Amino acid sequence: MGRKVLLIEDEANIAEAIRFLLAREGWQVEVHADGTDAVDVIRASAPDLVILDVMLPGKSGMDVLQELRANGPMRSLPVLMLTARGQSRDREMAEQAGASRFMTKPFSNAEVLTAVRDLVAGAARP
Amino acid sequence: MKWFDKPGGEALSRDTLRGSRIRERRTIAGVRQSELARQVGISASYLNLIEHNRRRIGGKLLVDISVALGVEPAVLTEGAEAALISTLREAAAENAGVSAEIDRVDEFAGRFPGWAELLAGHHRRIASLERTVETLSDRLTHDPHLAASMHEVLSSAASIRSTASILAESEDLEAEWRDRFHSNLNEDSARLAESSKMLVQYLDEKDGGADRRGVPQEDVDAFLEAHGYHFPELESGEATPDDLARNAPELGSDAARAMARGILRQYAEDAAHLPLAPMAQLIARLGFEPDRLSRETGAGLSRMFRRLAALPRKVTGTETGLAVCDASGSLVFSKPVAGFALPRFGAACPLWPLFTALTRPQTPLRRVVEQAGRNPGLFDCMSVSWPQAAPGFNGDAQLMAAMLVVPLRGEPDPDPIPVGVSCRICTRRNCRSRRERSILKEGF
Repeated sequence: MGRKVLLIEDEANIAEAIRFLLAREGWQVEVHADGTDAVDVIRASAPDLVILDVMLPGKSGMDVLQELRANGPMRSLPVLMLTARGQSRDREMAEQAGASRFMTKPFSNAEVLTAVRDLVAGAARP
Repeated sequence: MKWFDKPGGEALSRDTLRGSRIRERRTIAGVRQSELARQVGISASYLNLIEHNRRRIGGKLLVDISVALGVEPAVLTEGAEAALISTLREAAAENAGVSAEIDRVDEFAGRFPGWAELLAGHHRRIASLERTVETLSDRLTHDPHLAASMHEVLSSAASIRSTASILAESEDLEAEWRDRFHSNLNEDSARLAESSKMLVQYLDEKDGGADRRGVPQEDVDAFLEAHGYHFPELESGEATPDDLARNAPELGSDAARAMARGILRQYAEDAAHLPLAPMAQLIARLGFEPDRLSRETGAGLSRMFRRLAALPRKVTGTETGLAVCDASGSLVFSKPVAGFALPRFGAACPLWPLFTALTRPQTPLRRVVEQAGRNPGLFDCMSVSWPQAAPGFNGDAQLMAAMLVVPLRGEPDPDPIPVGVSCRICTRRNCRSRRERSILKEGF
């Protein structure tokens, strides 16, 4: 069983493309499309990495991330943030909220794959 | 005669280009036609005729317009050279790092009129571009319609890009997956086409000028501005706030109508406490002194500020601006006054006495401020905060604050408080209250 990625993205076609890409590379991928219960889903799933969209129904990705970082065991979980807003202020907000990396849409598949590999490898290092 | 009707008695001018100069100066100052008309007590349509040189202008009205625009009357009457020299002076004043020979500006304009006009033209162009940058920046940051449209476009593009890459780079893709991704591509490309079209249409509509229908706050601003922030129907009781809000063409949504209704109900309540005719008599007797007027009428200062800002200029004898904020510092009402800019969206300058009032509940404050900008001017700012509802034992009092803004003309103040509009468009250096970098000058 490969390492697990939890993708929290409400755009179904984006989610499908990313899931296909990662699964083809051997990752186990779970998809969730709502911000409201995202923190509970992350806890239950215990993934090696979370890909988190900023604009989610119910609760924004920024709020999800802040809640996650306030939770002891999840403080160091790698989180790749996806957003359609690439302004410097959004990037700063994501960094302050505790994002491991920030990627603006539209992104290339290679960028996503590289980010996932790097972040999980970085987290695995002692 | 209504207050906003044309005042009579002004001398006719033989100079037929004064209107064009007024229009030019108004555009440079970034003042809307309706706003200038309201400030000088004439209708917007009459000002429009003047600006197109279809009505002659002189005397008091010309002086009032020049005061409102912050220029010498000669700039409007004496033709190109005076206006040119004035613009050159402005250009020199705004470039403090360069020591231009101000005392020889007349000679420069006279000997090298072509170069002088070129320099002035660039100065005007820069002013215009700065305003465009401010507007676009505000729009990009705060316009919910634009943000939603951009999100739709970028999300579609992201999906198309990922899906197309998979199709292009996967030679051994199973037929089922290939069909599925083709279907997604078709769906997303249709969505992209539609959202792009909507975005272009939206931007085209916005490019047309001041009409920014659809954003509730802007609809309400347009509605209030169209009425000059004064409602004779409410003063006389001929209409109710609900009637006015329901029938206003400027209010394009239920949200906008609800916001306007709240403002108009407050207006009607204030007018019932402080009726127009007695207020006019009282101001004539006591002068424009809000604290004295408040004591005399028994009305609280916050009500007096709102009322004074809603009265015609011929009653108050001065222009008035008003800003009201809630306890979070968000502006919930604003009536602009020439020279003191109010942010359309987002947070205002924290140095305004409006916000100081929140830290000193129910203590009136009066400060002279100078707002940074193209033509910095002095303003008498009176502010006060008050609890939104009667305080109880089981809940915290939520404060509101109001600030009445009155231009000070020809009254020097040795030590005005320097303030801005909002950090994004403020160029003041070394401000300890700065929240973010300015997009003007420093940003470039």
